[in-house]
Amino acid sequence: MKLRIADRRNIRNTLTAFAFLVPNIVGFLVFTALPVFASLGISFFDWPLLGDIRFIGLKNYRYLLFEDPQFWSVFFNTVYYSFGYVTVNIILAMSLAIWLTSRYAWKPTFFRAIFFVPVVTPLVATSMIWRWIYNPEYGLINLILKKIGIEGIRWLGSAEWAMPAIIIMSVWQGFGYNMVIFIAGIQGVPRTLLEAAVVDGAGSWRRFWKVLLPLISPSLFFATVMTIISSFQVFDQTLIMTGGGPGNATNTMVLYLYQTGFSFFKFGYASSIAWTLFAIIFLLTMAQMKFQKEWVHYE
Amino acid sequence: MNKILTIITRTFLVGCAIIFAIPFLWMFLTSLKPAADIYTMPLAFFGSRIAWSNYYDAWTFLPFSRFLFNSFFIATSVMVLVVITSSLAAYAFARIIWRGRDALFLLYLGTLMIPAQVTVIPLYLLMNTLGWRNTYLSLILPVSFSAFGTFLLRQFFLTIPYEIEESGRIDGCNPFMLYARIIMPMSTPALATLGIFTFIGQWKNFLWPLIVISRDELKTITLGLQMFVGQYATEWSVLMAAATLAIVPSIIIFIVFQRHLVSGIALTGMGGR
Repeated sequence: MKLRIADRRNIRNTLTAFAFLVPNIVGFLVFTALPVFASLGISFFDWPLLGDIRFIGLKNYRYLLFEDPQFWSVFFNTVYYSFGYVTVNIILAMSLAIWLTSRYAWKPTFFRAIFFVPVVTPLVATSMIWRWIYNPEYGLINLILKKIGIEGIRWLGSAEWAMPAIIIMSVWQGFGYNMVIFIAGIQGVPRTLLEAAVVDGAGSWRRFWKVLLPLISPSLFFATVMTIISSFQVFDQTLIMTGGGPGNATNTMVLYLYQTGFSFFKFGYASSIAWTLFAIIFLLTMAQMKFQKEWVHYE
Repeated sequence: MNKILTIITRTFLVGCAIIFAIPFLWMFLTSLKPAADIYTMPLAFFGSRIAWSNYYDAWTFLPFSRFLFNSFFIATSVMVLVVITSSLAAYAFARIIWRGRDALFLLYLGTLMIPAQVTVIPLYLLMNTLGWRNTYLSLILPVSFSAFGTFLLRQFFLTIPYEIEESGRIDGCNPFMLYARIIMPMSTPALATLGIFTFIGQWKNFLWPLIVISRDELKTITLGLQMFVGQYATEWSVLMAAATLAIVPSIIIFIVFQRHLVSGIALTGMGGR
């Protein structure tokens, strides 16, 4: 008898939960879950906009990885961007977070706001601003360099400098987000622990490496994982600032996916790029999850 | 000695902040220069006169007010839908005990790692089949069901004490009334955070509108800016006026809701463990 009441309540709870979930789940299935698998399916086809759709097995992947003259340079460009962006972003965000929470801090809320503003502005707009700043003849940077007697660089027009220029712009745009995560992390560290380290005579350098960093390692880990994931998806900046050029110097994976899918309408091939990107992000994230035991400390 | 150190660090911090703000300042200063002065007196702060007409040009050459309206309409609709669908799902995940709950929640979390670009091709084909290309629907519906929103609100709902809900139950509330009258009113900070994040995300969105929208009257602000780049390629003062017009709403939203944004990032950032 008792069991039956419990059973009945279970069923009722499940039905209630289901009623709450329906709107989200239907949308989630149709617009996220199914497309993810559909995209894997499409990647096994030769799928033009018009004309016959043909099953070709793994041919798209074989062409992408072994024959496509562009893919590997696009891949290495993305890795280059990701490495530069993530490293500078994390170091800058961490330095400013430490500073804004230290006893030398001055008007921390105001400065936090200044550094955070670009995060909420559209990348298309900021990409336009930086294109103007990087302009070889009339851009602000080269004008100032000329003023102090240094020959300017062609920035976005130079195969060598275009990617660093995009990295600088992207760090400017994005590091404020991680800075806020780190500030919250540091503020969560008990004051007493840091003070104890001071009493023990640890200098500020050692306090950072031995006390503060281990204590905020969960925030650092989370921020690093998320920043790497998003860096592999860079698109707006490269499309607006360089269109992938000069030559192929700043073409990145999502831009290449976009061109393949929506300039050349090769949906099957574009899907194989999408799943390759997904696989890379998945492997990187898994590797970090595995490696985190070495350095991330959860209480 | 300490005083000198304070002065040095403060000067350095102010210097950093100024360098950091220069792109925005330069954008604004450029947007006020007459077109010719950009080339004749490039390093000056101001041109020979203040050319507000650049803003007029930016506003009228392309249907800019229409782009602003579209972005605003889409961002607001998505925001409302995301808050409703995510909070309903989050209630089921946080406040009701049922079989399979944790497994399904893990599945939701797992999708946070999937880059959105993976779904772009099938979604485009779906929009094509449904005849939704160049409609508001295609810009609103596919982005209105958020795993991130469900996750954020679930984390918040878990912090509300069960006793409060229990007293409502004794008063004869059914689950939906508990959700609508107790949990939702108590969660306004989290709902506001999610709402603002969603709004800003849509305001910045570029790739998806670029793919499904080609008609001018449905273009969003980011697509409009891209058109400007194409058509006004070298008229930097008008381009910068257009960029300013697109950035100002972001900055207003930021100033008004700063507190919610920061606490939201802290909440999800810490929840990432």
